[in-house]
Amino acid sequence: MAELLPLRDAIASLVHDGDTVALEGFTHLIPNAAGHELIRQGRKDLTLVRMTPDLICDQLIGMGCARKLIFSWGGNPGVGSLHRFRDAVEHGWPTPLELEEHTHAGMAAAYAAGAAHLPFGTLRAYAGTDLAPHTRVARITCPFTGEELTAVPALRPDVGVVHAQQADRSGNVQLWGISGIQKETVLASSRTLVTVEEVVDRLAPRPGAVVVPGWVVDAVAEVPGGAHPSYALGYYDRDNAFYRTWDEISRERERFCEWMRWHVCETAGMSEYRARLAQTSGAMA
Amino acid sequence: MTARYASDEMMAVAASRRLRDGMTCFVGIGLPSTAANLARRSHAPGCVLIYESGTIGAKPQHLPLSIGDGELAETADTVVSVPEIFSYWLQAGRIDVGFLGAAQIDRFGNLNSTVIGDYDAPKVRLPGAGGAPEIAASCRQTFVMLRQSPRTFVEALDFRTTVGFATGCGGRERLGFSGAGITAVVTDLGVLEPDPKTCELTMTVLHPGVRVEDARNATGWELTVSDEVCVGEPPTKDELEVLRSLKTIEEDVKA
Repeated sequence: MAELLPLRDAIASLVHDGDTVALEGFTHLIPNAAGHELIRQGRKDLTLVRMTPDLICDQLIGMGCARKLIFSWGGNPGVGSLHRFRDAVEHGWPTPLELEEHTHAGMAAAYAAGAAHLPFGTLRAYAGTDLAPHTRVARITCPFTGEELTAVPALRPDVGVVHAQQADRSGNVQLWGISGIQKETVLASSRTLVTVEEVVDRLAPRPGAVVVPGWVVDAVAEVPGGAHPSYALGYYDRDNAFYRTWDEISRERERFCEWMRWHVCETAGMSEYRARLAQTSGAMA
Repeated sequence: MTARYASDEMMAVAASRRLRDGMTCFVGIGLPSTAANLARRSHAPGCVLIYESGTIGAKPQHLPLSIGDGELAETADTVVSVPEIFSYWLQAGRIDVGFLGAAQIDRFGNLNSTVIGDYDAPKVRLPGAGGAPEIAASCRQTFVMLRQSPRTFVEALDFRTTVGFATGCGGRERLGFSGAGITAVVTDLGVLEPDPKTCELTMTVLHPGVRVEDARNATGWELTVSDEVCVGEPPTKDELEVLRSLKTIEEDVKA
């Protein structure tokens, strides 16, 4: 049964150095506050798993928290490069970053297999590409039709972290809008943390919502604004301007470190981060 | 008198004209999204826009900055999960047209979006595959939108992220891919289409004012120009008007 915990305590008890940590949310509901807390607590040697390692992974990689990244598309959506990710891959700064890369469909199949506790997912892909010899996939033959297919190993992270709009006091979670790969992340991981915009007495049914029962979640932390600069449908919009600004903040090592120190390392949590962000946004624009 | 227009606008218009009403389109951000939204606002109002974030039938008022902008979900016919969009919809072969960009393309429409240089010690690390390999494998046809230069139109890719026709005709079938492959490459100079006999990309359309030698000089392999190469129509006044009314929400707020 899920425990309602402050974010700091939830990260401290669930995530250890060297863990494989999936942080998911496909553009929407990205658990950025949880990423900040991993940085504040100085986690090291993490294997990060994320289909689209955008700003959240750029920050964790640039702050030296990650040893390896399992991913399928590493860019700043609609803007360009992830500079800290590139610096780690191209120059080994601040530490070398091992890559295991897939296609989106491959990652989706690997998560779905993980959620089902099956050893691999199957798809028609990777054949004929240079990706196949550089990643963990294998060709298999369908025992029924003889068709040649590709197998991707299941993702079974130590910890899965996602963000959602709401949870009730028993830790049942409800999210709506673009639901991404959150449910699979929770079900594929050994331990799970869900950060939410709001804890409510009772979840009101919503059309198209995904409900994750509290008994498959370990901890729920209430973090209003916890997806910023991503968004939470019904709560706040995507901060598109920040994604553009991040391109400048992250381009040079020194400015990146300074920005992270002031906004993340030296703040206690989301509300202080937001307050400092509001202070500096005039200077950034 | 012809209206003045930018080469990006010519690209968006040329791609948009290839979409027919009722087509289902798997679109990414940037020019593909612009082209598909232009089609939906002009000659193909029944075009179904599908973004890889799982939004099927999105009808955005503004051009999204990311494939997951809230407006896409709020205006969609349905929103499905990531495993569902890639398996039930894309790889099941339900999509008519997929749009792709890339850092490099070769004469058989294979694409690189992974690295420039060696994979293990890259000169430039690019974002990677994303949805591209399965889009090119499974859509009934795929359009590539890419500015033409010797750096992007190369003799040999640094890394083959996505298969077009592999090494020529029959290459896709041997790999078990269902779709027809890259059927058009829309560039700032014109349009290339695969030769029916060789599957090699061949210049079939030049945009107004572009000469054959411009296209040859902008191609890293010895470009074949179709015997029937024609000059495309410039954007019409109406097309430009709709195109310029499509703005991202920030541009709209500033204006």
